[in-house]
Amino acid sequence: MSRSVTNIVVAGLGGQGVLKASDIAAEAAFRSGRDVKKSELHGMSQRGGSVTSDVRYGAEVLSPMVPAGEADFLVVLDADQVEINLPLLRPGGMLIDPARLEGVRLASRKSLNVALLGVLSVSLDLPETAWREAIATHLPERLHAANFAAFEAGRAAAGGHGGSR
Amino acid sequence: MVPQRQLLSGDEAVALAAFDAGVRLGAGYPGTPSTEILEYFAQLGGRAQWSPNEKVALEVGIGAAFARARALVTMKHVGLNVAADPLFTAAYTGVSGALVIVSADDPGMASSQNEQDNRRFAAAAGVPMLEPADSQDAYDYTLLAIEVSERWSIPVLLRMTTRVCHSKTVVRPRAALPAPPEPDFVRDIRGRVMIPSNARPAHRRLRAKLAAIARWNEAEGPRRVTGQGRRLRIVASGVAFAHAREAAPEAAVFQPGMTYPLPVEAIRGFLDGAARRVVIEEGDPCLAEALRAEGIAVEAKPEMYRFGELDVARIRRILAGDTEPEPAPAPATPPRLCPGCPHRAVFEALRDLDCIVSGDIGCYSLGVLPPFEAMDTLVCMGAAVGVGLGMRATLPAEQARRVVSVIGDSTFVHSGITGLVEMVYNPPSTGHLVLILDNGTTAMTGMQEHPGTGRTLDHRPTGKVSFEDLARALGISDVLVVDPTVNPAGFRELVRERLAAGRLSVIIARRNCLLAAGRIKEYEKCDEP
Repeated sequence: MSRSVTNIVVAGLGGQGVLKASDIAAEAAFRSGRDVKKSELHGMSQRGGSVTSDVRYGAEVLSPMVPAGEADFLVVLDADQVEINLPLLRPGGMLIDPARLEGVRLASRKSLNVALLGVLSVSLDLPETAWREAIATHLPERLHAANFAAFEAGRAAAGGHGGSR
Repeated sequence: MVPQRQLLSGDEAVALAAFDAGVRLGAGYPGTPSTEILEYFAQLGGRAQWSPNEKVALEVGIGAAFARARALVTMKHVGLNVAADPLFTAAYTGVSGALVIVSADDPGMASSQNEQDNRRFAAAAGVPMLEPADSQDAYDYTLLAIEVSERWSIPVLLRMTTRVCHSKTVVRPRAALPAPPEPDFVRDIRGRVMIPSNARPAHRRLRAKLAAIARWNEAEGPRRVTGQGRRLRIVASGVAFAHAREAAPEAAVFQPGMTYPLPVEAIRGFLDGAARRVVIEEGDPCLAEALRAEGIAVEAKPEMYRFGELDVARIRRILAGDTEPEPAPAPATPPRLCPGCPHRAVFEALRDLDCIVSGDIGCYSLGVLPPFEAMDTLVCMGAAVGVGLGMRATLPAEQARRVVSVIGDSTFVHSGITGLVEMVYNPPSTGHLVLILDNGTTAMTGMQEHPGTGRTLDHRPTGKVSFEDLARALGISDVLVVDPTVNPAGFRELVRERLAAGRLSVIIARRNCLLAAGRIKEYEKCDEP
């Protein structure tokens, strides 16, 4: 099971775009024809508290939740939330946090979530077109240009500029 | 055209199925994790409306189903407590169209005051219950619930849980149901007027329907069986089915789609000859108890797993018989009142005046956390008023005079009004103060409208309930409307003064929710002719 399923956890604080980021990642996998499950808790967590959201994709996904310690990728939007979420990552899994974007200038802090997805995308086997469609689907049109730029900036920072690895 | 393959939350899948099935009316009261069902149903073009509370929503649904329509009623688990009165008797009357009631349970209490297991309601009321494991099930079982409801003229409960409601999984919509007949009133006094002489035969009819449904469920009801092995066989319902398959890939797993009435013989056959037979279920041991009562020896989870959600790791522990204390979750950052939230001024005043605060359910429940810690009780929707009055009635006078009831606008409409009637009817000798925190929206669940906003579910203008007029009409003369953020010190003095007056007072602290204010302005602009 763990061989064929990719496990991603997105974490941060309410209001930072955690759920938006996981929606985009799930959509990208969905548009690539994979089985996808995405899970999170809304509610109280929206008022600035810790939020995590799980995305799993592969040939067949069973549970919608990433078991603790089995995340292949941990995307954290807030530096202060890294430590409490690290136990979710499997040994050898990849942490993608704001430090990965050091030296990258984003037009808006609000697109940090999409920039980190850019970093993530370089390590995943999903076509770049699926990511761009997913971003376009989940954000209003006036934000598309800024977020495509943020996504590209993330890819470049991860060494995946131009869609090649 | 509906696309073939969609990525939907469980809530969205219920709404899509209801829309595809031509449901005429969706009614409910917002409550996490059920809220998005009616919102998505309205987005699709369905007719959806918020009711003041779940009891009224269910009554509206019953009326629609008496009129031969297909009706959907949605609520969170605790909402079914409020709607229990109509539920138990609607089981007797049955329906002429279809009536599907969604109960969205919250094991683990992501956003609730308890984790009651509403599978108990199905057995208690005598209403069939379907339990989806993912969004595809949610879609399929909503259609099936309509079919069962129409075939046996009975309300059907669709029990979701937080993980099913809020997880997105792939859905392939199936062919729609045959269209229902047009709504029409056909008189059926003995079937629908539940005076005792009519209710006695109605109860017998209900039990006969349930027996017929049980036979159908045994023979051809919804179920999934995965795996072959005879060493370990698992019965699991809801999302626990998905977790269990992953936790025990070597096991054969049976998911009963309808858990009341349970397909006991089908499960007996599945478990027959297995070396180990385990029931995996979230919450109460409902399935394990029901199977044991039928003489089927099954292992139930240890008591410690009654609490909270299940997941793959916990099911591995259950199967390993591990009852060692579980690792504590990482200390997460707690939620808090937003910076600039108008409730802040209120809780600062209540804290500074050392009030005894009878609180209620909404964003303002966060007044219990630092830096305010200004809430002493929270029980259920509307309880702020009654609990405050009970304390006033019995505490020594010097304490009674510090008691304040604090309730939000939507919560007040939901079930605070009857508390106000109680206050007028049984006034405490020290008087009382009710604070209605009116931020112009149902903020906690995501900015839904309610009868006090004067806008419908889809934000169009409609009749508006005025809290101040209502309170005055009940005979409360001291009714004040203030914006607590304009002069917080003045607001504190006002509260002090009302507490000292020893009379019945209502203060409506009115200021739009910071997050909703922009949207409310837009809606108000559209409202103007």
